[in-house]
Amino acid sequence: MNWLISNFDLVVGLTVNHIRLSVVPIIVGFVVAVPLARIAVTGRTARAVIITSTSLLYTIPSLPLFVILPAIIGTKVLSDINLIVALSIYAVAIMVRAAADAFTSVPVDVKQASLAMGYSRWQQFWRVEFPLAGPVLLAGMRVVSVSTIALVSVGVLIGSQNLGYLFTNGKQRNILEEVATGIVASLLIALVFDLILVLLGRLLLPWNRKNGSRSAQADSVRLPITVGDVG
Amino acid sequence: MNLFIDAFAWIFDPANWVAGAQSPLPIQDRLAEHLLYTFVAVLIAALIALPLGFYIGHTGKGRQFVISFTGGMRALPTLGVLFFLTMVLGYSMVSTTANFLGTMIALVLLAIPSILAGAYSGLESVDRQTIDSARASGMTELQILVKVEIPLSLPLIVGGLRSGVLQVIATVVIASYVGLGGLGRIIASGIGLNDYNRILGGAILITALALLVDGVFAVIQRLTATPGVGGPADTGRSAVRRQAQRQPATVGTPNQERE
Repeated sequence: MNWLISNFDLVVGLTVNHIRLSVVPIIVGFVVAVPLARIAVTGRTARAVIITSTSLLYTIPSLPLFVILPAIIGTKVLSDINLIVALSIYAVAIMVRAAADAFTSVPVDVKQASLAMGYSRWQQFWRVEFPLAGPVLLAGMRVVSVSTIALVSVGVLIGSQNLGYLFTNGKQRNILEEVATGIVASLLIALVFDLILVLLGRLLLPWNRKNGSRSAQADSVRLPITVGDVG
Repeated sequence: MNLFIDAFAWIFDPANWVAGAQSPLPIQDRLAEHLLYTFVAVLIAALIALPLGFYIGHTGKGRQFVISFTGGMRALPTLGVLFFLTMVLGYSMVSTTANFLGTMIALVLLAIPSILAGAYSGLESVDRQTIDSARASGMTELQILVKVEIPLSLPLIVGGLRSGVLQVIATVVIASYVGLGGLGRIIASGIGLNDYNRILGGAILITALALLVDGVFAVIQRLTATPGVGGPADTGRSAVRRQAQRQPATVGTPNQERE
């Protein structure tokens, strides 16, 4: 524990920065993916185009994406913006698929009933589809959160200051405790974020508590990588 | 777009393909290394994960364990695991061996969850009535597995392999960046030399490789689908599956695929 005690400030600083870098992509993932997914479920063509294109983006390995982005968006190679944009792209890719599954899971007869009761399409979305899709959306967000936090550390290879620094620095100086600290800190952030999401789910989706086992919903999130144009 | 033109010019510059060129060139050597590492790691992972996945999918035992295992693996930062393993092994062997072995273990560990999930969720997606009728017509459990369940679930099994392979390709990029051979070396040396054509050229090569492999697996997934039973795209089929008692499972683990 010696290393950790004498470098505690460094670890805290890197952890804060790690969180800062993770939060934006997670939120962007949700905000961008939900409307995209809602459009995707309107028809076969829309679905094919949106799901296929996002899953293709998802196929690009992270480090290459980090260094390709500057050429497209005009940032500096070592800028944190590359990292945030790349992670947002991955978050959207995971979430679009999950959100499309979420909207598909809303029973058709419930939607028809709401229209028959005189809801407008807009009301139908906000009062029926969105809340009913909530549990599966939540499961998707948990996947997005965990994977984003794990991915941030790769950013150290393009000069970002986050927990990944403990990996490269620990390897260079041959301090195993430093690398292990980085792994544990990263896992802890992921765990805390997951707990926050679950609590948010409890607060916002109170009806979900009785009937749903969370693991069953998490199962129903299938990830874009297996999708392609196959399914 | 000039940057991309320059990067493509770098890729197609014959000087970068001449045998014996200064490391990390020639390109084809790094490409061969990349593919070799990927192949070996996925092969070992498949030898472990497929039988286990078939067992879990056929019997339904240990399912909860696999789900939490897969979820846990997803949270692990690949870079840290890679360094941790190579350093631990480095205490007891030469550093080059430790780097190679540590990386291989990390790659295998990372590929296992997707392949496992593909295998067991593939088997679970098979219609229960089909399995019951196979059993009723006198097939042994092994025959049911080999003649009914595996053929019917091949597209999902291949899907698991597909995400495992892509994840390993992406992780080899990181591994090669930190010393092992492979295409990531090109990006690393580009950053070292401050040569953006080389960085972007390397990144484009890796992206092209990933997309190409993904495309090949997409085709295989199509070809392995049993006619009439339908793949995941078959709406009638998915309606049946939605009513099945067991839920379709998660295939693939996003963060690992990325790194």
